[in-house]
Parts: sequence; structure tokens; C-alpha cells
Amino acid sequence: MKLNFNYDGNIACKAILQDQLEKFDIKYQLLDLGQIEIGDSVSEDVLAELQVGLTKYGIQIIDNPKGQLIQKIKDAIIEIVYEKEKFPNITISQYLSDKLNFRYGYITNVFSEYTFTSIENFIIIQKIERAKKLIIEEKLTLTEISHELNYSSVAYLSTQFKKVTGLTPSMFKRIVGKKRELSNND
Amino acid sequence: MITHQDSMHILLADDDEDDRTFFSEAIQELKMNNKLTLFKDGNDLMDYLVHPEIKLPHVLFLDLNMPGKTGIDCLKEIRSNTRFKDVSIAIYSTSSSEKDIEDTFIEGANIYIKKPNDFSKLKKVIKEVVNMNWQFHTSGLNIETFFFSI
Repeated sequence: MKLNFNYDGNIACKAILQDQLEKFDIKYQLLDLGQIEIGDSVSEDVLAELQVGLTKYGIQIIDNPKGQLIQKIKDAIIEIVYEKEKFPNITISQYLSDKLNFRYGYITNVFSEYTFTSIENFIIIQKIERAKKLIIEEKLTLTEISHELNYSSVAYLSTQFKKVTGLTPSMFKRIVGKKRELSNND
Repeated sequence: MITHQDSMHILLADDDEDDRTFFSEAIQELKMNNKLTLFKDGNDLMDYLVHPEIKLPHVLFLDLNMPGKTGIDCLKEIRSNTRFKDVSIAIYSTSSSEKDIEDTFIEGANIYIKKPNDFSKLKKVIKEVVNMNWQFHTSGLNIETFFFSI
């Protein structure tokens, strides 16, 4: 028997962090955008053990300021891609600049230097990642998905989908379906 | 998940020596840190992968036509082992038919590369593939629905 899941990565991640921090008896306060405030009394050794505990969940403690800024940029982008009502009325560059309190030129340079892609391209990849999830869920039509992701038209969504995956949305859907059939037969 | 400071670990199995050399040169021109390991055919590659102590690669490039184990043989073998579930597999092929692309993805490949004829195109393609793969590994994207045909 196969079960399908719908999950919120953010909630899951917070729950894992809470479990692990409590395991090490660390006093903490969860802040927004992947940050946690902890007391100063936590030793390096305990932090190292905490990192070991978090590694199996794919969670990394980031200990350099640029790494932290990149994570904040990524989180901010993921937030607006996944929550339509948070999509800003201003330009993305203005939005990120206001939210992170840095000049956009600085943000975009740091981002490309460390991630080997541009912020614009990262947004496209994230939008297409969400489009993939929505296509597989089969609750929305492609036109509805294009609205959900703030595309001006379904044709534009299809063009970007093809650019990022090399496939048309319908080819993608067919491949995922056949892949699942194959793994169900195993 | 890996972080931005990590280097990308890349494997290539290709029986053509010239193609291996071109590939290495293209990889050397990438800006990101990387470690490339070359294999002369599918058997050579699979002999290496069975060792439990090896550091798993982020991406593995497979030539389709190799003597002994073909690219597809390797792909099937690797995908039947959950130990390799986080390894992206890129298939190198001379065909660009939609059916071949679709079949390769259904078998578990993530990337399908139509082998370009000239070196400058090859460099461009490899750069795009490695960059896209890097985004998947550093941003927690779902590798099961990672398909990139170029």
C-alpha cells in the first residue's frame, strides 16, 4: 500500500528544531526566517553535538554572515512563491532590499557569488518546483496553477517550465505517473 | 543537504578517451569547487560504487553506449539501490527523440544530455547541468521530480 502525503516543510522543520533543542536542554526562542535565539551559555561542544543531531534532517547551522544572508534571501523568496497573498506589489528587488535591510546590488552580488545562480533564476526555479507539486497533486488546472504562481498567462508558465526542465508540463506529468507505476510494481 | 562552501563531487563513466578529456577540461573551467573522478566504462564504475566507504557523488554522468554494462544498465542498477537515492544521474546520449528522453527519466535519470558536436557547446551544456544540479542539492528541491533535458 502506498500513501500520499501533503506536508508543510516549515512546520516540519520547526518541530525538528524544537525536539533537538529540547533534547540538549537548550533554552531557545524561534524567530522568523530560519533563525533561533539561544542563551549565550551554550558551549561549543553542545553546539557541535546539536549539529550532528540536525545533520540527518538536512539542517545546517550557518556560522558565517554571508551564508546567513543567503539563507534569508532564499527563505524570503520561498515564502512569496508558496504564499500567494504575500507576493509583493512592489518589485522583488525593492521587496528583498526592504526586508533584509541591504542595498539590492549587495544582495544580488553575494547571492550569485555563493550560489552560482542569480536571484531571478532562483525565483524561476522555485516557482517551477511549486508548479511541479501542483501538477502532481492534480487539484488545479494548468491555467489555475499559472494564476496561483502569478504568471500573466498559461503560455508563459509553459515556456518557463520548458526552460527549467526541458519538458512540457504534460510530458512531465506523464513521466511522474509512469515512474510511480514502475515503483508500485516493484 | 550540502552547503555553499562544500565542493561538488562529480563522476563520469565514458569509454571514449577523448570525450573524458573534453569533459575534464569543461569541468576545470567551472567557477565552483569540484572533484571529478573518471571511469573508463560501466563495469569500472559499478566496481567502484559497490564499496560502502566511498563518498557519494552529487552527480554522475553516464555515457549511454559503453561496452559491457551500458549507461542504462548502470542506471537501473543504481536506482534499485536506495543508498544512491540522493545522487543525481545525468545521461549522455546521441538521440534526442522524445521517447528516449521519456524512457530514461522513467528509469530514474534526472538529467538527459544530447551530446553536442563541438567543444564550446559541450562546455556550455555541462556548466548549465552542474549549476542546475547544484541548485537542487543546496536548496532542498525534490530530486524525485528533478528532470532536466538539454
